[in-house]
Amino acid sequence: MDSGWRLFLRTIVARAYPRVIGQQRQKSWIFFETFLPFIAVAGYVYVYRAMEASQDFMGFAVMGGAMTAFWLNVIWSMSAQMYWEKDNGNLALYIMAPNSMMAILLGMALGGMVATALRAAVILIFGIWVFHVQFAVSSFVQLFAVFLLTMSALYGMGMLFASLFLLYGRNVWQINAMMQEPIYLISGFYFPVKNFGMVVSLAASILPMTLGMDAMRQLMFSSGPAIGFLPVRKEIVGLVFLSVVFVTAAKYWLDKMERLAVQEGTLTDRRK
Amino acid sequence: MLNTFSRTFIPAAWLGWQVESNWTHPLVFFLFSALKPISGVMILVFMFRAVSHVSTSSPLYAYIYVGNAFYIYVGAIVAGASYSILDDRERYRSLKYLYIAPVSIPVYMFGRAVARFATATLAVAITLAAGGLIFKVPIHPLQVDWPMFLSALFLGVLCLAAIGIILGSWTLTIRSEPHFLGEAVAAAMYLFSGAIFPITLLPRSLQPIGYLMPMTYWLELVRRALLGTNLSVFPTLVSYSNGELFGVLAILTASFGVVAFIAFRYFDRMARDRGMIDAQSNF
Repeated sequence: MDSGWRLFLRTIVARAYPRVIGQQRQKSWIFFETFLPFIAVAGYVYVYRAMEASQDFMGFAVMGGAMTAFWLNVIWSMSAQMYWEKDNGNLALYIMAPNSMMAILLGMALGGMVATALRAAVILIFGIWVFHVQFAVSSFVQLFAVFLLTMSALYGMGMLFASLFLLYGRNVWQINAMMQEPIYLISGFYFPVKNFGMVVSLAASILPMTLGMDAMRQLMFSSGPAIGFLPVRKEIVGLVFLSVVFVTAAKYWLDKMERLAVQEGTLTDRRK
Repeated sequence: MLNTFSRTFIPAAWLGWQVESNWTHPLVFFLFSALKPISGVMILVFMFRAVSHVSTSSPLYAYIYVGNAFYIYVGAIVAGASYSILDDRERYRSLKYLYIAPVSIPVYMFGRAVARFATATLAVAITLAAGGLIFKVPIHPLQVDWPMFLSALFLGVLCLAAIGIILGSWTLTIRSEPHFLGEAVAAAMYLFSGAIFPITLLPRSLQPIGYLMPMTYWLELVRRALLGTNLSVFPTLVSYSNGELFGVLAILTASFGVVAFIAFRYFDRMARDRGMIDAQSNF
């Protein structure tokens, strides 16, 4: 029987597998999860057109739309997942099994990331094709690093929220739905976050998407450097910091939640 | 009639209100209700700010702001009807009990829509107040054409409720991914009804879709009532008089009402026939 790091890795693969395979089995889901954000993107692109904004702004809207796929995946399929698992009766099985809960969350994150990347790519490709968005990438290496770090920090945050949301019970549903637009706003999904001013932009940087998208805008568009609120290198350092903090905090809260749930006997209590 | 009202409509509206609001403290509920719509319009406000050459005194700004504020009703009532059915069928698993109780299902659905209308009204009111007080949208209560506004609102919401009943009853028959139906229709309305940009900006081949949507005429009437002639710069429906807009909206509302009646009978029968009243989607 596997144990130690072998079991850890097998758990990650096992939990990532249904995320990736499930996408292919439910094709209507792929359609709706790319079609709906694309409609929102199209709406924002036409608003920019109505304002006679430069082509780069339409690119910002398309990029923001693509990134919403990752945010939605983190908030609904990571953060709320433990609550769903409890509701389905799987959470008790996860805790009884000899694997690490951290490995389950990591598998969920990796599988979700791969599956969501497909949707984000489709939104991006459609955006480029329909709205003729043009990119001027200044550094592919930095862009790749920013994207990976943004995903690490973002999914780390999702893992942290997975534990916290479990404590909130049925309120999770409402909180997730209510927080969608506020997060799109303060993270600057559809406009440069610099417009908030330095203080608000810095405060909003606690969300990985804020720094990640600001850095990506700077690296992908010709007007990018002029609209960034921090230099890209500083944003990369910020993302590294957020990744470490969120993953460490996720591990701490996961252990705490597991302890609490076992002590209070609420693992199978679907009323909470 | 009175029995149906007291036995079905009032409890449904009350239940809907409880489902929407009792998950937290009333003050927190109020704050959350304000946060979501205000954030939605603030995204557009900051998009305006980002494009430095466009001022908030531009008529386009008021056009977008008001359209976005009233679109809240579309999401709440149209997509909401679909969610209510799914909540009852799959989350609370209570739909089968409603079917065997002596209640009228369409009246029940209408009652749930009224609860969503109430929460949406709260959000719209907060958004409009914030627009007038903070975001410099030229809405002056003394200059608003209230009779026109209230008549347009009544007709528009009635039409949304009819569309909601169509989608709600259609949702009953869907086994795979039913959650997306309401969202997809609401999203399409967002794009094609000119909620946040004049539909003349759409490609020519897509513009007729906008002219077929009741929301296009409803939002135009609401804008005219709230903002007066400030919006005459947009050519979309400028050739229509207020009376003509009301006429088109009334015809479309009546048509959707008839379709809702037929659709409910058809989908309800299909759902019973296929054993979908207590189904769980995606299994």
